[in-house]
Amino acid sequence: MSCDEKVDCGRRRLLVATAAIGGVGGAVVATPFVSSMLPSERAKAAGAPVEVDISKLEPGQMMTVEWRGKPVWIINRTDEQLASLKKVEGEVSDPKSEKNMQPKYCQNETRSIKPNVLVAVGICTHLGCSPTDKFKTGDESGLGATWPGGFICPCHGSTFDMAGRVYKSKPAPDNLEVPPHMYVSDSKIVIGEEKKGA
Amino acid sequence: MAGSENKYKSDGSLAGAALEWVDARFPATSLWKEHLSEYYAPKNFNFWYFFGSLALLVLVLQIVTGIFLVMHFKPDASLNASGVPVAFASVEYIMRDVPWGWLVRYMHSTGASAFFVVVYLHMFRGLLYGSYRKPRELIWIFGLLIFLCLMGEAFFGYLLPWGQMSFWGAQVIVNLFSAIPVIGPDLSIWLRGDFVVGDATLNRFFSFHVIAMPLVLLGLVAAHIIALHEVGSNNPDGVEIKKHKDSNGIPLDGIPFHPYYTVKDIVGVVVFLIVFSAIVFFMPEFGGYFLEYNNFVPADPLKTPPHIAPVWYFTPFYSILRAVTSDFVPFLWLFLALVGWLCVRPSRLPLIVKLGYLGFVGAMFILLGVPAVLASWVGIKLTSILFVGLEAKFWGVVAMGGSVVIIGALPWLDHSPVKSIRYKGSLYKAILTVFVVAFFILGYLGVLAPTPMRTLVSQICSLIYFAFFLLMPWYSKIDKCKPEPERVTG
Repeated sequence: MSCDEKVDCGRRRLLVATAAIGGVGGAVVATPFVSSMLPSERAKAAGAPVEVDISKLEPGQMMTVEWRGKPVWIINRTDEQLASLKKVEGEVSDPKSEKNMQPKYCQNETRSIKPNVLVAVGICTHLGCSPTDKFKTGDESGLGATWPGGFICPCHGSTFDMAGRVYKSKPAPDNLEVPPHMYVSDSKIVIGEEKKGA
Repeated sequence: MAGSENKYKSDGSLAGAALEWVDARFPATSLWKEHLSEYYAPKNFNFWYFFGSLALLVLVLQIVTGIFLVMHFKPDASLNASGVPVAFASVEYIMRDVPWGWLVRYMHSTGASAFFVVVYLHMFRGLLYGSYRKPRELIWIFGLLIFLCLMGEAFFGYLLPWGQMSFWGAQVIVNLFSAIPVIGPDLSIWLRGDFVVGDATLNRFFSFHVIAMPLVLLGLVAAHIIALHEVGSNNPDGVEIKKHKDSNGIPLDGIPFHPYYTVKDIVGVVVFLIVFSAIVFFMPEFGGYFLEYNNFVPADPLKTPPHIAPVWYFTPFYSILRAVTSDFVPFLWLFLALVGWLCVRPSRLPLIVKLGYLGFVGAMFILLGVPAVLASWVGIKLTSILFVGLEAKFWGVVAMGGSVVIIGALPWLDHSPVKSIRYKGSLYKAILTVFVVAFFILGYLGVLAPTPMRTLVSQICSLIYFAFFLLMPWYSKIDKCKPEPERVTG
């Protein structure tokens, strides 16, 4: 700040200090407006757990339920589909599920509690589209003769295996998320809740 | 500003007395003269000069039709008694039950596409005749801000009918922000107001679409025109008409905007409205390009349509987003290395441009993960400690954002001795042609589903897009230009 003879430096300093305090006040007033755009208490409370009966889910079938507004897939994988997981280990980018995309109790080869039943959030980790199931293998799938079955995202072409693990060199950076879930009986799953100590 | 010579003197009539009364209190006459009857525009405006006034017309059209649509539209994502989202049902209601509602709605939806057609042509005019060059840099930057605002306005508006494309388009674009390191995931929750696109998102997008964006847009349009009228219009010859003035200080090659160009622009308006009406009445969906077929299906948060693509006006930039895959990043390194090498070569470029470029290249190299790769050769894993070698998803977002923002740097990238394409050499003409072709290819590919071949083509076109801008300081200098005329030609 230049301060020559014509300027009353005391007043100029007072002016700057006043403007600075006013500016701080203005910034503080912005807080409630910015905060008002965060999820409301109602939106936060909407994440109640969902109970699903999977007794009618045959091997090779998949069902979709809504949890926190997102599609959650439950897939009863066949033995061939489970066998395909081993084969693609070299082609997926995080074969051992090292990234934190699943609860601890699902950080295993099948990314599930029961080996055959996969529970996953059907939202692509790239930009949030819901991938399409492509369970048919080989040429029939339209994804080439070597396709072992899995999912493809219609938006940007990311592909996932039968455990929701993303293939290498695809736009999606991570495996599909496995939500917290637990079995309340042999054929009933609760999504959004987990066993204490699990 | 409002000198006494611009105050109206009554001729004794009632109307004259009224105008004199107003002029003593508000600069009506001086505003009229300054911006219309005594705003001297070059006499050689051609076809390309229709699109500024047409953009203004479409803006008015969108505001007026929008006002009437808001009277019937309900931004509500909850399901009605028949299980259809209220917002989706209210658009159907406008189309079927509101008297003439279909017309107002089709005018608004066609107007959105028309806005982009007109604005793209308006921007291309600037590119052709160097209208961004000194002293018109700020006009260009205000214009770019208008373009950004328009993209926001179109994006927010597209969610409102709450169809499948509305929902999943918003889902993808909001998730783009989650690619930003550290703050990204929280930022996208803040933008949505929920953990998924939902009622909160619909309501705030409605607010942005009808209040926030239009206000900003109008302010920017005013700034754009004020800046234009401060420095005067460019013209197809790219020479300054203010260099040659008559004894009254009026440019010899200038003619008053009103009545000469108001009348010319009315001709443009008539032709535009003929085409516009033909589309509104006979092909409002325009083969799925103006209104996408999947958007006639109500939003389903559990199912993405098998093929999703943005509306046509976003597709060139969307293609650039998709083109950045992890195997493409090394090509970006090569490209940046080329730019860096050009910088250190002796040339007549100003030092400031060179230093700016080198800083940019250096920063991009660090961010694009070159140090991370080098470090990994000697066995150190840098990725976890620094924001280096970020994932391709983030770079896609940066490339898309950068491809729009870089347009604003044009005034400082163009070092050609002439402004207009008429006097530029064959080199620039060839490069501009390649650029336009690449832009169209990007736009076309953005509509289609990705395949390896298409991704490769879009990667090449993305490089061409950026090369057009980033290499301009060099090729605009070596281009063999013709001499500019002293005054405008016919």
